[in-house]
Amino acid sequence: MIAIIDYGVGNLFSLKCSLTSVGAEAEVISDPAALAGADKLILPGVGAFGDAMDKLLSTGMAEALLAEAAKGKPVLGICLGMQLLFERSLEFGIHEGLGLLKGEVRPISEVIEPSLKIPHIGWNALHLLKPNPLFRDIREGDAVYFVHSFHATGCEDSLTAVTDYSSPLAAAVMRGSVFGCQFHPEKSGAVGLSILKAFAEREVLT
Amino acid sequence: MITKRIIPCLDVRNGRVVKGVNFLNTRDVASPVELAEYYSFAGADELVFYDITASAENRSLFTDILTETARRVFIPLTVGGAINTVSDFERVLKCGADKVSVNSGAIRDPSLIGEAAKRYGSQCVVLSADVKRVDGSFHVFSKGGRVDTGMDAVEWICSGVARGAGEIVVNSMDTDGVKKGFDLELLRAVSDAVSVPVIASGGAGCIENFITLFKTLPKIDAGLAASIFHFGEVEIEDLKDAMAREGIPARQVRRN
Repeated sequence: MIAIIDYGVGNLFSLKCSLTSVGAEAEVISDPAALAGADKLILPGVGAFGDAMDKLLSTGMAEALLAEAAKGKPVLGICLGMQLLFERSLEFGIHEGLGLLKGEVRPISEVIEPSLKIPHIGWNALHLLKPNPLFRDIREGDAVYFVHSFHATGCEDSLTAVTDYSSPLAAAVMRGSVFGCQFHPEKSGAVGLSILKAFAEREVLT
Repeated sequence: MITKRIIPCLDVRNGRVVKGVNFLNTRDVASPVELAEYYSFAGADELVFYDITASAENRSLFTDILTETARRVFIPLTVGGAINTVSDFERVLKCGADKVSVNSGAIRDPSLIGEAAKRYGSQCVVLSADVKRVDGSFHVFSKGGRVDTGMDAVEWICSGVARGAGEIVVNSMDTDGVKKGFDLELLRAVSDAVSVPVIASGGAGCIENFITLFKTLPKIDAGLAASIFHFGEVEIEDLKDAMAREGIPARQVRRN
């Protein structure tokens, strides 16, 4: 079973439906203790980094998630959920993240051309840097759906794909069994579903 | 680079898709869920569902359809129509909408835009404006285009963006249903005035109209249409191919 972590931010209905449509068994989980019963975890999220991190900490979800990740359980962070995997964010102040990946989250306004709109919203192409098991069916140039104003920087070797918004922005990351997508696979048509399917079918080595 | 979005719009009344011609005489087209699936497969970049059900009793018919669509279609869904309060946002977001479009509800109570943006983020709040020329200036109309508010369209849209709207849909009532092309004059005025994405609506009759739109107004992010897609006058695959040939960034759907 895949646990979709519910910590009170965002709507998880579409994500659950998308997992169901690729044949995965997914449950929305708001009880941290229940994460132990899941094979894999998905950390979704919309909104502000600081608020989300506060909720993860106050609900006990951060601690439970880190404990499961330490066992090698696959974790997939989506959008803000991916950003939360990093060490810190500079979104409205400095906030500590979960620290599962090296790097920090910064405003895209620092790197893109001033004439471009923020948020970076819409379909943009993936440029593949290195193999990522979740991208087994993805081809160079496949488009996925983004909505974000901040991006992960200093990802070092965890970065597996970028997208071009006058500057390359981190689109996908992985380190061991920790995965992240800045875009929304659950809103990226067949391409996005193939990523969720690959995550769902990935063997758990624990 | 980010692609220009092609957005079919489904007007839904009592559980069926309808399309108004100049906002009058609606015609029955098909099952909204099936149509949404078809468009998603064909390469639509987003879908807009407008609830034009008149009575509150039939409101649940619409949310049932939305829920069923969200179960089967995995591209962004925007919902509009009968959005008057933050609890209306909640009602449709719960059923799988990604963005919510406000029109008359925001005219009646402009604070709705700010309240919703604060709660769900600006990316979730779309301001949709029905605009018509009156005595040489652009007026905003409310109630499905029936009532002239007397407000200047560009001023209204700018105030909506200032309140937190993250995207604008500009429906030209002058070109809607006429199929002679988008209202470039109106769209230029709006896209020059705001920095959030602008979606052009009203007037698309053929592929060439979209090409002209994106070439003439590179700041426009998306083109929205209904009947030409519903009746197969323009196939989305052909439109995307034509955009690519013309050097307009378009998301190509895999054929294999």
